[in-house]
Amino acid sequence: MFDYTFQWRQAYRHLPRMLEGALVTLEIAVLSLVIGITIAVLLAVARDSKSIWLRAPATAWVEVARNTPALFQIYMAHFGLGSFGIYLSPYVALLAGIAFNNAGYLCETFRGALRAIPQTQTRAGRSLGMGQAQTFRLILMPQMFRISFLPTTNQMVWAILMTSLGVTVGMATDLTGITQNLNARTFRTFELFAMAAVLYYLIAKAVMLAARLIAWRLFRY
Amino acid sequence: MIEIEKVYKSFGKLEVLKGVDLTVARGEVVSIIGGSGSGKSTLLTCINGLEPIQSGHIRIDGTDVHARSTDLNKLRRKVGIVFQQFNAFPHLSVLDNVTLAPRKVLGMSRAEAEEIAVRQLSHVGLADKLKVYPSRLSGGQQQRMAIARALAMSPQYMLFDEVTSALDPLLVGEVLDTLKMLAEEGMTMICVTHEMTFARDVSQRVAFFHQGILAEIGPPEQIFGAPQHLETQKFLSNVR
Repeated sequence: MFDYTFQWRQAYRHLPRMLEGALVTLEIAVLSLVIGITIAVLLAVARDSKSIWLRAPATAWVEVARNTPALFQIYMAHFGLGSFGIYLSPYVALLAGIAFNNAGYLCETFRGALRAIPQTQTRAGRSLGMGQAQTFRLILMPQMFRISFLPTTNQMVWAILMTSLGVTVGMATDLTGITQNLNARTFRTFELFAMAAVLYYLIAKAVMLAARLIAWRLFRY
Repeated sequence: MIEIEKVYKSFGKLEVLKGVDLTVARGEVVSIIGGSGSGKSTLLTCINGLEPIQSGHIRIDGTDVHARSTDLNKLRRKVGIVFQQFNAFPHLSVLDNVTLAPRKVLGMSRAEAEEIAVRQLSHVGLADKLKVYPSRLSGGQQQRMAIARALAMSPQYMLFDEVTSALDPLLVGEVLDTLKMLAEEGMTMICVTHEMTFARDVSQRVAFFHQGILAEIGPPEQIFGAPQHLETQKFLSNVR
């Protein structure tokens, strides 16, 4: 009834290839977070703006990013744009899809954090002669990042794990892509995907550790 | 000179200021007293343009604060304000709290700004707290830091909005001493306060606000010794 023989040694031989894939996964995750966080800050500002021309597109972005499957978003970046003659490579499509998703979620996280900062902080900044943008950048943004740090780490982990969806648009060089190929060639399904799972776990831990270090360095107060 | 002329201000349907006139000359210290909701604090936030007004004029050295053409960011460099809630920037050390605006608004170098900040912080007795974050300071220390922060911009006018109201009674003294020192140095000041002794000792004139109207203004001896207005008499008899 159970005649699967584990052959770990065979699977281990592929570890170096898988580590290369892990590196690509890490790269996409980090890039998607950097891009996502940057856009999220802009979206958060735009969503609370007085101008409808800023508010409407930002709201639309958040609505789509949060209320449609991430898989759909990556599909659209690859096949959807492809139908309009805009061809994004699997790598770029995956990165764009996840960055899009990150920006939508983090926008709301940041907006919540901004609400938690007393209004009087803005008043104090403005009364010292700082402009609106200056007050945001120098007074509000640093506090916003600190307040939203823990929910942001959630999104970080989510972004790392989401990269595995790249396989659906033909991504072959990331951890899941490589594992998939190795599996097709060797049929060591359980061993290979178990190893991939451990690697994903380690990547997530590494990113978390880096985030903690940055937080420890930045949020001294 | 700060000229306040027939200023009306409302929040929605609530009229907070109903035609206030007040002129404060250079070097003068004016205290504003009155009950809660009488519009005292609102007036201060209108003076530096944090709040718009519905009608009337406020001019600082001839510049109309609420004119469209007025660059408020520039005007605010002249007018420092300290709030009831100290509004320390929690993510910056005491030194950085004070150097931030001189560096980013006035474009000073870090060294220049730090020199001024150290001088101002020593002035208010915080020379030993430069590297500390505000969360480690007592309320009185935070408030003195806020005063140093405003002074680092070398303002010509200072507005104080109930700066001791959020403080422990033990800490009120240290902040009032700082204000007294400033007054003695000739700073032009408008102080909204509930500290009657302070108002009497430090100000040249005391203004009594009642329901959005400047009911009575005069030298402290008059306001505290022989108040003319019925509401002033009532207020002061309750305060004592």
